[in-house]
This record gives sequence, structure tokens and C-alpha cells, in this order.
Amino acid sequence: MSTVPSMRQAFIDPLINENPITLQILGLCSALAVTKTVATALIMSAAVTFVITMSNATVSLIRHHMPRHVRLILQITIIASLVIVVDQVLKAYAYGLSKELSVFVGLIVTNCIIMGRAEAFALKNNVRLSIMDGLGNGLGYSWILILVGSVRELFGSGSLLGFEIFRTISAGGWYQPAALMLLPPSAFFLIGFLIWALRSWRVEQIEHDEFEILPSAEPEETR
Amino acid sequence: MSDLVNLFITSAFVENLALSFFLGMCMFLAVSRRVETAFGLGLAVLVVQSVSVPLNNLIYNTLLAEGALAWAGLPDADLSFLALITFIGVIAAMVQILEMTLERYFPALYQGLGIFLPLVTVNCAILGGSLFMVERSYTFTESAVYGFGSGFGWALAIVALAGIREKLKYSDVPDGLKGTGIAFMVVGLMSLGFMSFTGIRID
Repeated sequence: MSTVPSMRQAFIDPLINENPITLQILGLCSALAVTKTVATALIMSAAVTFVITMSNATVSLIRHHMPRHVRLILQITIIASLVIVVDQVLKAYAYGLSKELSVFVGLIVTNCIIMGRAEAFALKNNVRLSIMDGLGNGLGYSWILILVGSVRELFGSGSLLGFEIFRTISAGGWYQPAALMLLPPSAFFLIGFLIWALRSWRVEQIEHDEFEILPSAEPEETR
Repeated sequence: MSDLVNLFITSAFVENLALSFFLGMCMFLAVSRRVETAFGLGLAVLVVQSVSVPLNNLIYNTLLAEGALAWAGLPDADLSFLALITFIGVIAAMVQILEMTLERYFPALYQGLGIFLPLVTVNCAILGGSLFMVERSYTFTESAVYGFGSGFGWALAIVALAGIREKLKYSDVPDGLKGTGIAFMVVGLMSLGFMSFTGIRID
């Protein structure tokens, strides 16, 4: 990045224009796996936003004292320590949810968004900007997670955050839950559709083919 | 013995790390444009996974688990909260050693795998494999089979996806779906396909 972005830019850009999930395709592992219900998606979003903000702040704070050759290891250590804190807090105060998230809290360590932002942004910018960038990327990640989580929970089990919205047939209502929504493939389809929707709106994000295939030429008529 | 075969089948197909746990997705989508590169990365994951899961199992059970330090006279110590940072360290060190060994003794293989090995360190599938190993409390033998099986499944999935995406070049995809979008759809369909392995058991 050649120019220094403004505070506002650092925060707003990652929300849609440079969304970590739909455009940069980073941090997908956890995004897809924890969206079965809104509750897990919310917890995961909060955890990732916290870790990315704190790690950006820390990396930016010590960026002048870090030898270049060991910076990756330092970053990983900072991130891993933050994740351990989150993991322990979750285990202490929300044990059920932490069991449900199983290994995915731990996997925040290898979430490429966090490492990516530390490398690409926090190493080059001051602390306040880095915090804004962390928050922006965290929230850009969060809204997609929460959206996918809402759709999957609403259509998969007829409820939102555990509150009944559609009364399911098994509970004496009318709604037949779409079991597919609770299975892994639906997360792929939903993110696929989301990317399609976003790129139809923001056409500049469309990826173009490496080469265009020309329509097959009409055979020349022989005379 | 049949338990171990079943564990292999489950970890490779039914509970495929990429397709049903979404692990290693970033790389799964980014490096699946060509079959050869996908094969290289798949092989690297397979190798690192088969070594790191049993190794982490050994470390966890002799040093970190609750009561594991009894042999050192510390029966009350519970260091399991350090598992995460230890695993990532072990994986990073392992990858480094593997890279140096390959470069020294198998230069041909190193040419093929070289650029992928550093990437593998931050692949969630590798760390995920070790974390699942702890969560499901596998024994050493089981963890060796699990490491190989899950690595194999991941490699299989990425090579298959790359094969499909190579053919996909010739299809007319709507503009907004080009590239990543259609890859997601294809992976979704593959994941549906792999779900049909559920319930296969060998007795």
C-alpha cells in the first residue's frame, strides 16, 4: 500500500469493497463450519474480531522492534496467545457453546485473515489505523458469518437464536425444515450465492477468465 | 485391525477434512486451478499430516495432558491449555525440518513440493487434524492412521476439485460467479457427493 489510508477508509473498506471473505477469500475454514446456528456464528465473530483487533494493535506496536526474519514466528506466537485467552474465557463462561465450536476456536490461529492483516497492514501502519483496520476486517467477516448463520438456522430448524420463527411440523406447526441447510454443502452454496449477489451489485469485483473462448468459427464454404 | 481400517475410511471419506469440516479451505480454493499444482500441495499436506498428528499425540500425552507429568513428579499439572501453541510450533518446526531433509536427500521431490511446504504451516487442515486428535482422544496407533487418512482425503479432494475446475474453463459461467463463486458451488456439490459415503463400514 503506497498511500496511507484514512481512519474511515481503514474501517469501511473491508466491510464490502475489500471484504475478507467474498473478495480476498481468506479465513473460510471457520466461516463455513460454525454457521449452523446464529449463536455459534455470533460467538465466532466476536472471537475473531477481538483477536484480529488485538493482534493488529500488538504487531503494529512492536513493528519497529521486530527483526524481519523472525516476524512470522512472532506474529504466530502473538496470535496463538490471544486465541488461548479467548479459548479459556469461552471454556469458563460459555462451556456449552465452546464444546459446540469444538476445534474451530483453536483454528482461529491459522485463520488467514488475521495473519494476512498483520502482514499486509499492521506491519506498515500506526497503532490507531491498525486497530481500525482490524475492527473493519473483523466486522466484514462477522456480517457474512451472521448472515449465513441466520439463513441456515432459519430454514434448517425454523428458529433464530433458538427462538421459534416458523413452527415446525414436529412441533405441531406447518413448516417442514430443510435438513440440507444443516449439512455442510449448504454453507458452500450460500457463500457461492452471496458472492454472486455481491458481484452483481459491485461489478468491478468480477474475476475475469485468463483467456476468452471465442465462439467456434463457421466452417468456410467450399466452392 | 478392522477398527483401524474403518477409522481410515471415516477420516478419508466420510469426515473429509475439506468437504465436511471446511478445513484448509483458503488454500483448497486458491491452489486448485491446475491438477499438477493441486497434486503437489495435496502430497505435501499428506506427508506433513501423517507425521505431525502422531508426533503431536506423543507430545500431548507425555507432556501436556492432565496428569501426564506424573513421571516427573508433578501429578497435578495440567498444561493442556498450551496445546494450541505447542502444536503450531511443532508443525512449523516439522515443516522446516522436512523441507531441509527433502532438499538434501530428495532434490527431485523438493523441486515439486518446495514451494508448497511453507504454505502448509498455516493450513488449517494440519492444525485441525491435531486438535481433533486431542478432542477424540486417539491412541498413538489411531492417531497415525487418522493422520494418514485425513491427509489422504484432503489430497484426494483437492485433486478432484482441480480436475473439475480445469474442465470448467470451457463452460459459460455467469459473470458474477466466475472464479471463486463457481468454485464454491462445485465444492458444495462435491461435498454432497462425499456425504454418500456415510455409513460405510468394513467388518
